Amino acid sequence: MSADKPAGAGVKGKGRRGGHLRVAGEPGPVAVLKGGGSLERTVSLRSGARAESACKRLGHRVVGIDVGPELVAELLECQPRVAFLALHGSDGEDGTVQGLLETIGIPYTGSGPGACMRCTDKSLAKYLMREANIPTPPFAAFKETAIKDLGIAAALPGLERSIGFPLVVKPARQGSALGVKFARSHEDLPAAIVGALSYDRAVVLERYIRGRDLAVSVLDSETPGESPIVLPVVEAIPREEEFYNYESRYEIGMTTFVCPADLPEGVTERAQDLALQTYRLLGCHGVARVDLMMEETTDELTVLETNVVPGLTATSLLPLAADAADIDFDALIARILASAFTR
Amino acid sequence: MREMMALTERPDVISLAGGLPDTSTFEPALYARLMSQVADGSTARALQYGPTEGMAAAVECIVEVMAAEDTVIDPASVIVTTGGQQVIDLVCKALIDPGDTIIAEAPTYPGAVPTFGAYQADVIQIEMDADGMPIDELESTLDRLAGEGRRPKFIYTIPNFQNPGGVTMSLPRRRRLVEVARERELLILEDNPYGLLRYEGTPLPTLYSLDAQTGGPPTQGASGDGISSDLVIYLGTFSKILSPGLRLGWAVAPRAVLEKLNLGKQGADLCSSPMTQLFVAAYFAERTPAGEPAWIEYVRRLRDLYRRRRDVMLDSLTEHFGGRASWTAPEGGLFIWATLDGVDTTDLMARSQGVAFVPGRSAYMDGHSGSHSMRLNFAGVPDEDIREGIRRIGKTMGGDTGLFSALTGATADPAGVKGKDAAATPDLAASEASASEKQAKRVRRHKA
Repeated sequence: MSADKPAGAGVKGKGRRGGHLRVAGEPGPVAVLKGGGSLERTVSLRSGARAESACKRLGHRVVGIDVGPELVAELLECQPRVAFLALHGSDGEDGTVQGLLETIGIPYTGSGPGACMRCTDKSLAKYLMREANIPTPPFAAFKETAIKDLGIAAALPGLERSIGFPLVVKPARQGSALGVKFARSHEDLPAAIVGALSYDRAVVLERYIRGRDLAVSVLDSETPGESPIVLPVVEAIPREEEFYNYESRYEIGMTTFVCPADLPEGVTERAQDLALQTYRLLGCHGVARVDLMMEETTDELTVLETNVVPGLTATSLLPLAADAADIDFDALIARILASAFTR
Repeated sequence: MREMMALTERPDVISLAGGLPDTSTFEPALYARLMSQVADGSTARALQYGPTEGMAAAVECIVEVMAAEDTVIDPASVIVTTGGQQVIDLVCKALIDPGDTIIAEAPTYPGAVPTFGAYQADVIQIEMDADGMPIDELESTLDRLAGEGRRPKFIYTIPNFQNPGGVTMSLPRRRRLVEVARERELLILEDNPYGLLRYEGTPLPTLYSLDAQTGGPPTQGASGDGISSDLVIYLGTFSKILSPGLRLGWAVAPRAVLEKLNLGKQGADLCSSPMTQLFVAAYFAERTPAGEPAWIEYVRRLRDLYRRRRDVMLDSLTEHFGGRASWTAPEGGLFIWATLDGVDTTDLMARSQGVAFVPGRSAYMDGHSGSHSMRLNFAGVPDEDIREGIRRIGKTMGGDTGLFSALTGATADPAGVKGKDAAATPDLAASEASASEKQAKRVRRHKA
């Protein structure tokens, strides 16, 4: 768009509302980016609203922006001093918006475009973890084109043997649990793959680890150069432990969250250590939430995925974990905001 | 589901998901004149609280609509509500304690699903066929429940052009349903928002009128006046025949229930808006040059418009879904229910670019039945958008099927279901594969 023009150019005379125009000499507002057009729009609007309130309580002037085709024009108009990203889902988490903000020179919270791409693409993240010896469940990943153009169907029996049933089929890039399918047997697999491909052009087939769902959030220190803070472990406990209900395990109301999780000796430390290793491996910045599984019989930990724009709603895991570490919501938001300037 | 519905608000999306009538057909000048008539003539009343049961002027209009439905009622048995949706809420509030049983059709009105869930009702859904709810299935379900010492608090049904199923309960089944309810002393909640939006065929009597006229010996509390039912709570609304923006509906209910609804409404909102009640009253006083009530003429125009749109959608379905799906051909109402061969409609919606519909799961309490079906609204959508929307869905379906074949090496359709003739008789019972699913099933409440 108008990245090479002076800030503010191109929006005058379009009859846009003038309420956010920057007054000369006054520092720009905090722009909270939220909503957008992804499947996580609803959650993002809730996260954004909470972040806006916190920013106001912290004494900032705040402009909430529901991300859409007018994003750049709106940013150029209000000239924010910093963008707070509460934008979950595709554009907000896959590096698109981060790259755009860098182009127009607005500091923003959270990870940079490269880290976002590494985290959001589950297949890329899993390959990187495997290479770095961070344990992650056995998997295979392929694009839709491999089905149509390369005849991957013939390789499925081999994949099934190496991964084993039951297995989980996930869209490679889809933040929420939407599109996550469960296959108990060979017969379930084609429909599960086709279903998951409705949400992305690539899928990850992953061994289903029966055990406990853990999440560890990592927060950059307020002091530059200091090691990030690893927050207490959250455990998600499904209310109904039924296989067929796998998809609803992540639905609100179907799950209880406990923090700090009551885990066998040493597991908390290992989980936190793995989360920090993953955070560093993928190059995250500011904040991220790492999801892990603890296998039920061996207590073995594996890393499933990393979320670069964790939810900030009243029931989200990051605020819950921060609270358990005596970091209240406003302090959490203040830390995330500060990280925009330590990149 | 909610996540996906949020996307339908985007301007580039053709939404076949709404439950919308087409309000653009209402004449703006008439709307302005009626509003100023209310403002000038009834300022104080319009701005004041009204009676909880509704204003007499609005109840008169309701009596008129009920008469058009061939149902004579006692004005004293009416309560005016804030939309038909409030009736469902108030009935649950009055009758349902957590764990109580409700019987509903499968699929059922997606808007009732969260309400039933919120009151923690145990909803048993009975799979419909082309004639609506099979009453023999209902009876065997009731027998089974009786064996468990359970008794439903009410039977929820939409007999005309069911939402979302699009089917109409046949006359013999209506009669039998009323008989069964009478034999077993069960309440029926008859939800009839679309009765006057019939595009073909003969109107069928309401359950309310059937019970009032042909009910057996009056049970305790029955008025025995031949016009009041003591088993049926009737739900009506101005939303589909006039405007959902008015938020005006009503219940006609047996006295004991009516008192509870009134109490519940006092707690909920004291009264429905006098402003819109007076608007309706002013509108119902309007006459055409020929002396006919203007609202009757308006409903006729809506019927013509919606009939054409229904036909456009049926034609588009044949063109774009043919051989890969079955669907209902409703005689009225707003919706068509389509069931696809082996395609999960929630996934399909995620994949469909620029078109929205209601995935079938929203019509089931368990959140996963109906996964191959979808509800399509034709009434509130212009012809060209109907054609384009159905084309887009059909195109996406094609992609799914191709992938599936590539994975399985099969040339047949994905689920191994025989492709149905596009013009097949609408048969909701055939929409879900397994026989066990067809049976009345005990569906646990789904925490949303």
